[in-house]
Amino acid sequence: MELTTFWFAVIAFLWTGFFVLEGFDFGVGMLLPVLSRDEADRKQVLGTIGPVWDGNEVWLISAVGAMFAAFPAWYAGFLSEFYLPIVLVLVGLIVRGVGLEWRGKVHHASDRTWCDLGITAGSALPAFLWGAVFADLLHDSALAALIGGVFSLTLCLLHGAVFVALKTSGPVRARARRTAMAVSAAALPAGVVALSGIPATGTAVAEWGASPWLWGCALAAMAALAAGTALTWRGRDGWAFTATASSVALTGAAVFSALWPAPLPGLTVAEAASGPYTLGVLTWIGLIALPFVVGYQTWSYWVFRRRLVAEPS
Amino acid sequence: MEALDLARWQFGVTTVYHFLFVPLTIGLGVFVAGLQTAWHRTGSEHYLRLTKFFGKLFLINFAMGVVTGIVQEFQFGMNWSEYSVFVGDVFGAPLALEALLAFFLESTFLGLWIFGWDKLPKRVHLATIWAAVIGSNLSAYFILAANAWMKHPVGYEVTGGPGGGRARMTDLWAVLTNSTALAQVPHVVAAAFIVAGGFVLAVCGYNIRKERRADPDRTVPLRRGAADMWRTPMRAALVMTAIAGAVVAGSGDLSGKLLHEQQPMKLAAAEGLDRDTAGAAFSPVPGIEVPMLLSLLATNDPDAVVRGTEDLQAEFAERFGPGDYRPNVPVVYASFRVMITFGLATVALSVLGLWLTRRRRPVPGWFARACLLALPLPTIAMIAGWLLSEIGRQPWTVQGELLTAASVSPGVSLTEVAVSLAVFTLLYGLLAVAEAVLLVRHVKAGPEPAAPSEPAPPVSGDGTTAAVLQPTLMY
Ligand code: HDD
Ligand code: HEM
Ligand code: HEM
Repeated sequence: MELTTFWFAVIAFLWTGFFVLEGFDFGVGMLLPVLSRDEADRKQVLGTIGPVWDGNEVWLISAVGAMFAAFPAWYAGFLSEFYLPIVLVLVGLIVRGVGLEWRGKVHHASDRTWCDLGITAGSALPAFLWGAVFADLLHDSALAALIGGVFSLTLCLLHGAVFVALKTSGPVRARARRTAMAVSAAALPAGVVALSGIPATGTAVAEWGASPWLWGCALAAMAALAAGTALTWRGRDGWAFTATASSVALTGAAVFSALWPAPLPGLTVAEAASGPYTLGVLTWIGLIALPFVVGYQTWSYWVFRRRLVAEPS
Repeated sequence: MEALDLARWQFGVTTVYHFLFVPLTIGLGVFVAGLQTAWHRTGSEHYLRLTKFFGKLFLINFAMGVVTGIVQEFQFGMNWSEYSVFVGDVFGAPLALEALLAFFLESTFLGLWIFGWDKLPKRVHLATIWAAVIGSNLSAYFILAANAWMKHPVGYEVTGGPGGGRARMTDLWAVLTNSTALAQVPHVVAAAFIVAGGFVLAVCGYNIRKERRADPDRTVPLRRGAADMWRTPMRAALVMTAIAGAVVAGSGDLSGKLLHEQQPMKLAAAEGLDRDTAGAAFSPVPGIEVPMLLSLLATNDPDAVVRGTEDLQAEFAERFGPGDYRPNVPVVYASFRVMITFGLATVALSVLGLWLTRRRRPVPGWFARACLLALPLPTIAMIAGWLLSEIGRQPWTVQGELLTAASVSPGVSLTEVAVSLAVFTLLYGLLAVAEAVLLVRHVKAGPEPAAPSEPAPPVSGDGTTAAVLQPTLMY
């Protein structure tokens, strides 16, 4: 494969990995007030993402860093084009991160409430805005941005609820399952509209509009979404989570396929790319390092694989 | 007022702010890992309590380092898109490597450390904190290599004409082993250890004084008992700061010599030297001059010629076309002196402390009090160092290749930059106050009392579930 294509695929992979992993972190953060009745519940809910959310966030940092190195003009054009939404995303990530790290270290219940507010609001902002930004990039329309935002928000909610159901036990798990069912009532229609929009319209996809691959990804993403709901209903938490994760991944695949070969209007991948030397050395380093990263991140999920039970209070 | 000015302010504000937390992460992380290693080796409860106490302070600070760092990663593209397009090929590579090789390590293993106390074997748990701090230090190396390239670009060529030019990397190894980077990395990392050492000194000094006040008649012998809790970490921090001081001075001297070769304008501004001068003097404070010292510092030869701003200006105008190529001389001049005096004052304090507490002598009360100074002094020195380095590089973003004025995003409006500058400044201001309050409260609360039976049994239920145990470092 030619190096620019390869690096586009790597960046799509990093972004998609970010959405799959942080997708449930955002969902859990947003659902914190919904899933918990007291402090013990909140600890249980946040305990599901506590050890891993920071590592998940680095997928975003890597995606953006890789864009900078491999496609400087894409990186620069994308971030300066969506300037204010990105500022809001950053504000969200800041208050969420600080809330997560500090809530166990503050001394008063009222301060903890502030942290929880930061976690919830700071998860909702990026969950909505990333969807809106990518939808706007594809369709260049405010309506599309709104639909994309609603879809990514509800998808994160569903993904997060399913994750909590998988990682907890007792009343919190029961609540998470009920919430997942309720959220899917919004996520499914939003998904049908947003996903079928990807192959059907768009500026960047003119030649690719008819592509069977795009339709394949979009339909599979919808199917996975429906499967996630059905499996949650059946109490198959592990499979339900696999399904919602696949739905996020397939959505990512569809979006980035639609962005190929012009990730920004009027800018092709070839024009945006760094020189062959840079892409070449980065390829070698990436091929050596990425397996280690995936390896130790997987190990950390393994260490924290057990369901959490509420702390007896 | 142009978008350019605001973008510069925004970069300055957010980066200085990021760097308020970064040194503590770099230095305190290693310190905590050292304490935990001591616990592992000796089994002494004392070290475990200290590990958790300083570990908590470390984590409070770490959170701020992470969230402010993300802003940095995005900012080049948002505000400096022309810059990003021009340099991405070279400059983006170390940034991508930093994320891939350093940030993943740091964040994943820190998560394992925070939540793994009761889930990992002791030895593996100790390894996780070391992996995380290796990640922090590695990240410093990559980002500083990127920064050094802007001061002394190597390993690249420029392709394309004026306006559409781009730097293309030709040699990654040259970028990563840039002489400027090899001087800057030890300088900044050692400075971070001074900041962290100073932080520990201040915390220990505060607590020693507090315990002395609670026991004015000194019924508890000074060498043992409560004050001893703090004597060990204080001694460790004194050693750390003193050693780091030697590294900072050595690498700073080397940086000065590299400035003479690579960034003569910055050196001239740092001394406020107008004209090329043989046997140039150095003025530690305005008005006092030590003859020939600057020439000696810059070249090891007391008679050598050091360049002056006016002569360099004439030369640059000829080489690069009309324009003002002088940085803000008073700021650069002042920063240089603040960096050296404030930083070295901390180092001197630590050498003095080592001598005072030699051979198990108790910590004198006045020294414990003086240690409070070790909190602000090195931090101010650190910021001054960055102002010297970054403002001294103006008007260039990439020395000799790209002007700051040509780096800014053309499509971003004044309003947009103003909004984001206001938002970040406000949010950062609030969070800084919150962090300070949080740290002070934790320092005042002191370490948790020794736990009766630690660690707690790991698993409850049937082996497929785990209790949400809440040791001190979790939620
Ligand atoms: C000398 C060290 C140094 C310098 C000059 C910088 N940083 Fe930094 N950065 C660190 C040292 C560091 C660190 C010590 O490694 C941090 C602090 C807390 C942390 O988690 O890692 C960090 C965090 C951090 C993060 C969050 C990582 C995470 O989520 O784990 C990002 C994205 C950046 N930085 C990016 C930058 C950029 C783009 C900079 C250039 C303007 C920059 N940093 C300057
Ligand atoms: C963390 C420590 C750092 C601090 C405190 C710092 C501080 C500053 C300050 C105060 C300015 C504004 C100078 C002026 O406009 O007069 C500036 C500019 C700049 N710095 Fe740094 N800097 C740091 C690290 C870095 C690093 C690591 C990089 C690159 C990787 C970098 C890249 C830049 C760029 C691109 C500018 C141009 C914008 C401008 O000129 O204002 N800086 N920095
Ligand atoms: C003997 C004392 C010192 C000397 C001679 C010295 C020298 C220098 C020089 C020449 C630079 C500019 C390098 C460049 O722009 O390329 C610099 C930068 C810097 N210094 Fe120092 N320094 C000293 C002490 C300190 C201390 C004690 C600290 C902090 C505690 C400190 C922190 C910094 C920082 C953060 C920078 C910016 C990064 C860099 O450019 O390397 N320095 N120093």
